[in-house]
Amino acid sequence: MPPLLEVEDLEARYGWTQVLHGLRFAVETGGITTILGANGAGKTTTLRAVCGTVRTSGVIRFDGRRIDGRPTEDLVRLGIGHVPEGRGTFVNLTVEENLRLGAYARRDRDRLGEDFERVYQHFPILRERRRQLAGTLSGGEQQMLAIGRALMLRPRLLLLDEPSLGLAPLVVREIFRIVRVINRDEGVSVLLVEQNAALALELADHAYVLETGRVVLGGPPAILKQDDAVRRSYLGY
Amino acid sequence: MTAPRGWRLAGLAVALTVALALPFALSGFRLFQFTQVFIYAIALLGLNMLTGYNGQISLGHGAFYAIGAYAAAIMMERWSVPFVATLPVAGVLCLVAGFLFGIPALRLEGLYLALATFSLALAVPQILKYFEEWTGGSQGIVLLKPEPPGGLPLSADQWLYLVSLAVLIVLIVLAWNLLRGRTGRALVAIRDHPIAAEAMGINSALYKALTFGVSAGYTGVAGALSAGAIAFVAPDAFNVFLSITLLVGIVIGGLASISGAIFGALFIQFVPNWAQDISRAAPWAIYGAFLIVFMYLMPRGIAGALRMLAGRLLRPRPGPAATGAPAPDVR
Amino acid sequence: MDIFLQQVVSGLATGGIYAALALALVMIYQATDVVNFAQGEMAMFSTYIAWTLINAGAPYWLAFVATLVMAFVGGLLIQRLVIRPVEQAPVLTIVIVCIGLLVILNSLAGWIYSYIQKPFPSPFPREPIRLGAVVFGTHDLGAIGVTLLVLLFLFVFFRYTTLGLAMRAAAQNPASSRLCGIRVGWMLAIGWGLAALVGAVAGMMVAPKVFLDPNMMSGILIYAFASATLGGFTSPGGAVVGGLLVGVIENLVGTYVWFIGTELKLTVALAIIIIVLVVKPSGLFGRAAVHRV
Repeated sequence: MPPLLEVEDLEARYGWTQVLHGLRFAVETGGITTILGANGAGKTTTLRAVCGTVRTSGVIRFDGRRIDGRPTEDLVRLGIGHVPEGRGTFVNLTVEENLRLGAYARRDRDRLGEDFERVYQHFPILRERRRQLAGTLSGGEQQMLAIGRALMLRPRLLLLDEPSLGLAPLVVREIFRIVRVINRDEGVSVLLVEQNAALALELADHAYVLETGRVVLGGPPAILKQDDAVRRSYLGY
Repeated sequence: MTAPRGWRLAGLAVALTVALALPFALSGFRLFQFTQVFIYAIALLGLNMLTGYNGQISLGHGAFYAIGAYAAAIMMERWSVPFVATLPVAGVLCLVAGFLFGIPALRLEGLYLALATFSLALAVPQILKYFEEWTGGSQGIVLLKPEPPGGLPLSADQWLYLVSLAVLIVLIVLAWNLLRGRTGRALVAIRDHPIAAEAMGINSALYKALTFGVSAGYTGVAGALSAGAIAFVAPDAFNVFLSITLLVGIVIGGLASISGAIFGALFIQFVPNWAQDISRAAPWAIYGAFLIVFMYLMPRGIAGALRMLAGRLLRPRPGPAATGAPAPDVR
Repeated sequence: MDIFLQQVVSGLATGGIYAALALALVMIYQATDVVNFAQGEMAMFSTYIAWTLINAGAPYWLAFVATLVMAFVGGLLIQRLVIRPVEQAPVLTIVIVCIGLLVILNSLAGWIYSYIQKPFPSPFPREPIRLGAVVFGTHDLGAIGVTLLVLLFLFVFFRYTTLGLAMRAAAQNPASSRLCGIRVGWMLAIGWGLAALVGAVAGMMVAPKVFLDPNMMSGILIYAFASATLGGFTSPGGAVVGGLLVGVIENLVGTYVWFIGTELKLTVALAIIIIVLVVKPSGLFGRAAVHRV
C-alpha cells in the first residue's frame, strides 16, 4: 500500500533564506511518523509546507495525488488536519465554537453530534468547559482543544506541531496517550513534529531526524534509539 | 539601498539648478504653483517626521498649518512685522503648540491618535471663526503681498518663490541631520518596537512629544509661508480636507523619506489640476482614481518604489529560485 | 417631561442611524485594522440607487430590498476588486485607497445626480403618533424599528449561523481559520458586503429627514466616528450603544444647552471623541490593546 503522504525534494524559503533543502520522507497509512530536530531545524516549516501555508518547490503527494502549491483551504477539504505550533485556538470564541469551526469544511454536517461526543470522550475537560472562552483555558486544555478541533474534521492525516511545548509532563503523557488511541481506533495517520525525542520515539512507528533543513537519519524508532549521535544529541545519554 | 553618492550629488545639483532657473522662466500663476509645492513639501516633511519616521498618525496637521498661517497674517497686518521675520516666530509658536499637544497624545496609539487629531482638524475652522476679534471671522484677513527688500530686481512672486525654496533647503538639511543620526534611529525604534526601545533606555515620551513639536513647527512655517504667498487667510481654507491632503501627500510621496516630501508635494499640487483637465464634470473622481492606481503600483509611495528600483538595479540577483519579496512567504 | 421624551425618541432615531454606520465601520475595522473612510459615501450612493428605483416607479419596500441586495453585492465587489490588491500593504496605504474611493463615489454621485438636494420618501405615514400628551414622529419610530430589525438580523447571523461564526473566526485569526478550511478572503468580502448593506439602511432612513445630496453622509460619518469611539472600536455591540447614546446626547444638548445651535452641534460630536479618548481610549465596551513584548 503506498504511503498516505510522500514528500520528495521539498524546498521552502522565507524571503531570501532557504529553510528546507530537498527533504524526503513519507507517512504510511495508519502509521505514526515523527520528525525530530533541534530548534530551527525546520520542523515547523515542514508541517507548514505540507498543509500549504508556506511557498514551496518539490513534490508532495497525498493519497497518490500531488498537492504541492494548492491552497490550505483546499487541503483541509482533502482531509489534512493541522494542529499548529502554539495551538492556534480562537481565544475569543467558546470551546464549542472552536470545535464547530473544526468541522467547517465537512460536507456531512448531520453527523456532527457524534463527532462532538467522540471529542468530549477523548477530552472530558472540554465538555465541562464547552461554553467557556478558549482563551481562559490552561495550556494543556488548549492543546486538547486544538487537537479536538482538528479531529472534528475527521482527518485522514493529522499534523501535530510540537504538542508538548510548554506543557507539564503529566499532561503531555496524557495527550500522547490519546493520540495513540486516536491512531489505533479511528485509523488517523499522524505526522508528529517534536523536540521531546524520548516521548516521540515511544509513540511513533517511524522516525526522521532533521538538521538545518535536511533529513539526516530515518528509520524505525528502535534503530534510532541505538544510534549514538541521536542518543547524545536528542535523548541525552 | 540607495544610489551611490556620485549619482545622488549629481541629481541634487541638477534639481537645484532647475529650481533656481524656474522663477526667471515662469511667471504668475505657474510660478505660484511651484512656490506652493515648496510650501507643501515643508509641511509634508514635518508630517512625515511624525507619522513616517515616528509612527504617530496625525490627521490634524492642518491645524498647525492654520496656526502658522494666522500667526504670520496677524503679525503682518497688526504689527507690520516683515514677512521673513514671521517665519521663525510661527515655527516656534507651532513647535510649542505641537509639543503641548504631543504630551496628552502620548496616551493614544494608532487609531485613537488618528481620531483625536482628526477631531482637532474638524474643530479648527470653527475655532478660527469664533475668535473673530483676532482672526477676522469668516471673512479672514486680507494681506498685502510681501515685497522683496529694497534694491533686489525681483517681482513679489519671484521673491516669494526664492524665500520658500531657501527655507525648504534649510529645513531639509536640518531634517536630514536630525534623522540620520541617533535621533533618527531612536524615532524609528520607537515606531517599530516601542517596548524594546524603552527597555534600551530611550526616553520615548520625550522623543515622541518633541517629534510632535518639531513636526508641528515645520508645518507652521509652511503655513506662514502660505499666508505670504496667497496674501489671504480664511477659516474654510484650513478645514479637515487640508489635513487629509497632507496625509495623502506623505503616503503617496513615501513614508519615512525626505525625498518623499517633495514627490508628495508635487502630487498634491498638480494632480488635482490634471484631473480637472481630464474631466471637467467629475474631476475628483479622476483624482480618486489616481490615488487608487498610485497605491496599487507603489504601495510604499514614490520614494519607496524608487528605493526598490534602485535596490534591484544595483544589487546582483541571488539566484533563480529567488522570490524577491523581503517579507516571509507565509500566507 | 414631554419634550424630554420627544427629544429622547428623536435622539434614538438619529442615534440608530449613527449606530448603523458605526457598526459598519467597526465590522471592517475589526477584520482588517482599516477604518473605511468611504463608508458614508457608499451609504449615500446606495441611497441614490434607491431613489432611482423609486423614481422609476418601484414601490418603496421593493426598492428598499433591491437596494440592500445591490449594496451588499457592491460592498463585496469593492472588497474583492478594489481593496484586495492592496490587502498586504501598510495600513496607511489602504486608508488612502479608501479616501480615493470616498472621493470617487462623491464625485460620481454629483455628476450623475447633480448637487441639487432631492426629497426622499419615507415609507411611514405622515401623521405623528400620540401617546398621551407626547407626540412622536412616525418616521422616527419607524427608523428605530427598521434599524433594530437589521441589527437583530446581524446579531442572529453572527451568533447562531455557521457562516457568521466562520466570519468572526476569520476576523480574529485568519491563520487558524485557513486551517479549518475557511476561505478568509471571501469572509472579508462578505463582511464588506454586510457593512455596505447596513450603511444603505442608514442612508435610506436618514434621507427623508435631511434630503438627499452627495454630501449627505459626511456629517453623519463624523457622528459615526464619535459613536464608534464612545462604544469602542473593537466592540460591535459597543458601536450600537455608542450610536444611540450619541444621538440622544446630541439632541438633548441641542435642546437644553442654549448656546449650542445647529451649527455647533458638530462640536458635540468632537467633544465626545475628545472626552472619551482622554478618559478611556478604548471606549465604553472596547478592550484595551494588550501588547505582547
